[in-house]
Amino acid sequence: MVKALSREKPFDIKTTNDHNLAWSIASNVLDPEIPCVTIGELGIIRDLNLDNNKVTVFVSPTYSGCPAVLAIELAIQNALLKAGFETKIKRVLSPPWTTDWISESGRKKLKEYGIAPPVNASSKMSLFGKTEVECPRCSSQNTEKLSEFGSTACKAQYRCINCLEPFDYFKCI
Amino acid sequence: MSPNLAKALLELADDNLILGHRLSELCGHAPMLEEDLALPNMGLDLIGTARTLYTYACEIEDKNRTEDDLAFLRNEREFVNCLLVERPNTDFAHTILKQLYFSTFMESYWTAALSSKDEIIMGIAGKAKKEMAYHIRHSGEWVIRLGDGTTESNKRICDAVTALHIYTNELFINSPNTEFFHKNNILPDRASLKHGWEQAINSIFKQGLIPYPKDNNELIGGRSGLHGEELGHLLASMQSVHRTYPGAKW
Repeated sequence: MVKALSREKPFDIKTTNDHNLAWSIASNVLDPEIPCVTIGELGIIRDLNLDNNKVTVFVSPTYSGCPAVLAIELAIQNALLKAGFETKIKRVLSPPWTTDWISESGRKKLKEYGIAPPVNASSKMSLFGKTEVECPRCSSQNTEKLSEFGSTACKAQYRCINCLEPFDYFKCI
Repeated sequence: MSPNLAKALLELADDNLILGHRLSELCGHAPMLEEDLALPNMGLDLIGTARTLYTYACEIEDKNRTEDDLAFLRNEREFVNCLLVERPNTDFAHTILKQLYFSTFMESYWTAALSSKDEIIMGIAGKAKKEMAYHIRHSGEWVIRLGDGTTESNKRICDAVTALHIYTNELFINSPNTEFFHKNNILPDRASLKHGWEQAINSIFKQGLIPYPKDNNELIGGRSGLHGEELGHLLASMQSVHRTYPGAKW
């Protein structure tokens, strides 16, 4: 994918096209732990500056303890380097990343992959009240939480009472 | 004393790192599989927050130190965490009660920090606050379950309260290093969070049939580097790799 996007002449001067290209390369990098979604869809990339051939990508770390943060930054750097861009990554802490920034297509892909997407945090009560998490396989809302914590910092474990499948739920923050 | 934000942040960072490390000690040793996932996951959140705070402190102090230098190359007397977080895990009731005490405090601390004049602190707070809510819910449910469980589980959680409650007051004391910053709206005023904390803990204790301790004894000293011997053991283990192979990179 990266190759298809790479430029014909690697060291052109700045153009809008280059900016778009750099943006599309960066946002098409796949999440290392959930490789069904791109980091663009997760809403991690906040901004991108192109100065001559130097790209600065502004990224938001996801969960405080997420070990993938560094892997994601390196992957962005690598992908852009392959296309001939010298790249610097800057972490943006404020405003903090939230699962509300995951795009509709990202949510759809998570579900297809078998991970229930985060219930939108629009109602704050979703954290303390009963959250209705939909089973990614049979779409039943008759599900139960097995554990608040799962295989990665971003996931909780659920089970569908209808089809009996256990599944991951992308935690809402 | 001239205001030094890096020093003030160190207190917060050390609290998060030391409790995070305590939780990591249970990785592979928790009483059941779900807890084996939950405890180190909470530890990860805390260590992640500590890393961001250390990195920010290094930027401010501008002494060419890194987060690793701060975490792995300071001695016991240089750590300024509160005493609560360094208490050993002992049994599960201690571990989970310590977590409830700390996360209930930190949730209100980070909530207050959302109106900090410092944008970075505001950003760290926005994320950490939501993570703390998960920690409160998890540890709170356990404290209620242990309290309202068997005679044995009730005894254990009550023993944990007796052992740990005296360390909680330190959470609400503003140290000389942080005084300037809470007066200038950069860091929250710890003392103002006490009432809300007591109410929250009291309500959980009530549900768990656990008597709320009446006496106001307190043990403090962490902010000035005076710790229990357990911190030395923790650091010996946490810092051993870095000290054996100086400059080692992951």
